[in-house]
Amino acid sequence: MRVARLVWVGLVFRVKELTRSGLFVFTSVIEPLIFATLTYYLFSAGSRPETVIYSALGAGMMGIWTSTLFASGGAISWQRWQGTLELLVAAPPAFLLVIFPLTLGSATIGLYSLTATLAWERVVFGLPFDPVHPFQFVLAVPTMIFGLGALGLVIATSFVLYRNANALSNMLEFPVWLATGVIVPLSLLPGWTSVIGWMLAPTWGFEAMRRSVFGGDVWAPMGMCLALSAVYFGIAWYLMGIFERRARERATLSLA
Amino acid sequence: MTWLRIFGVGGYLSYRALFNWQSPTYYIPTMLAHPVFQILFFAYLGRFSGTESDAFFVVGNGIQVCAMAGVYGMALTVGGERWTHTLGSLLATPANRSALFLGRALPNVVNGVLVSVFGLGVGRLLLDFHPAPGSVPSIFLLVVVCTLSCSAFGLAVGALGLRFRDVFMIANPAYFLMLLLCGVNVPLDRLPNWMSTIGSGLPLTHGIAAAREVADGASLGSVSTLVWKEIAVGACWTVVAYVLLRVFEAEGRRRATLETM
Repeated sequence: MRVARLVWVGLVFRVKELTRSGLFVFTSVIEPLIFATLTYYLFSAGSRPETVIYSALGAGMMGIWTSTLFASGGAISWQRWQGTLELLVAAPPAFLLVIFPLTLGSATIGLYSLTATLAWERVVFGLPFDPVHPFQFVLAVPTMIFGLGALGLVIATSFVLYRNANALSNMLEFPVWLATGVIVPLSLLPGWTSVIGWMLAPTWGFEAMRRSVFGGDVWAPMGMCLALSAVYFGIAWYLMGIFERRARERATLSLA
Repeated sequence: MTWLRIFGVGGYLSYRALFNWQSPTYYIPTMLAHPVFQILFFAYLGRFSGTESDAFFVVGNGIQVCAMAGVYGMALTVGGERWTHTLGSLLATPANRSALFLGRALPNVVNGVLVSVFGLGVGRLLLDFHPAPGSVPSIFLLVVVCTLSCSAFGLAVGALGLRFRDVFMIANPAYFLMLLLCGVNVPLDRLPNWMSTIGSGLPLTHGIAAAREVADGASLGSVSTLVWKEIAVGACWTVVAYVLLRVFEAEGRRRATLETM
């Protein structure tokens, strides 16, 4: 119960914090719409008009990753800059449980990106959004957000130790869009990238969402997304233990 | 001589002091890896949608990534004066303003050319982009022209950083709008008229079009109209940037808001 309360309070706090950040709101609002417009015209100009609808959902899912990456990447750096990182590490709950709601909150904000993108494409371009399995779609969205939050947790973990690790967040936007097959099918990429994609929980989360919209078995990818998220927790727990201890030993926790 | 010293030495020192991504651990992921992944992403998106060839996306994105330095770099180096509370001291000096601000663009131009050349080189290695060896010097020249005009645009974005609290609120959409409006990924004739009209007033649009023709075998002379248009757009943005900087400086002095965060 105390853990659930911690996660909930942290999640609500994080969402409030992010929605008051002008830069983050701007990024969450404007960037997904630019990409939605770009992909619409790109796919409309192409020789495969049937892919336009496919790209519409993909653009929405891209926005969720951008929000998650940007805010998860900054989760620990921002605490460090504000001087609250040491207090959070010193607090009685496990540091991982303090950080997880921060990354989960970032992914939750991404919901706005998805909603805004789908609404934009519906209103501006007249693209229909009629999921084949609406009930499964409602379940697939939080599952995918959970998967993204877990991946964000692994990313954020590395930030405890490495001061410049948030440069990773500058780099990871496009590669994860590619590796998770969010808009370009994995079958088009070199074979080895599929292996990376399969190890990423969002790949399965995106697939569950896609199948709930276009048809197909939703439960299997949803299960894979949850299972991989659990693995990410284990990895993050292990890494956080090492990184936190090393940062304490080197006294680098607050160095910005 | 003083003008040149402020332009050269001042620009260099400003870059060293304010460009936050100089460390290799920042520079490589941000300025080299990110552009490469951008090129790969759009090239594969193009293959999936059946829009254009790899070469179209490599040239478009390979040149557009100079905006990493031209837009973000300028935002950091000009807007950064405000964050570090050096803006007041800087503007209290009697230094020539054109030397002061244009000098800040020069290191970013060099950086932008480097980023673009790296992106195009990796595109050549990894994708189906094989320009004739004879066209490489012309493409390089076009990269330089595009980076200059893009840095002028970035200077205008940086000027807005003197006015707005967070310059990245301007720089982020500016960078991504260029992907949409400058013919980087979508042929201009496939965009609505109002979008392509805006695009023709932005840097890179004409330079990218010229570079695509050159990479396809055309001579530099045959695309001279596009090159001159790109130069003209860059010159216009330089004037806009200079006017914005002077206006925001005067406004900041009048309202005592130069260092308001």
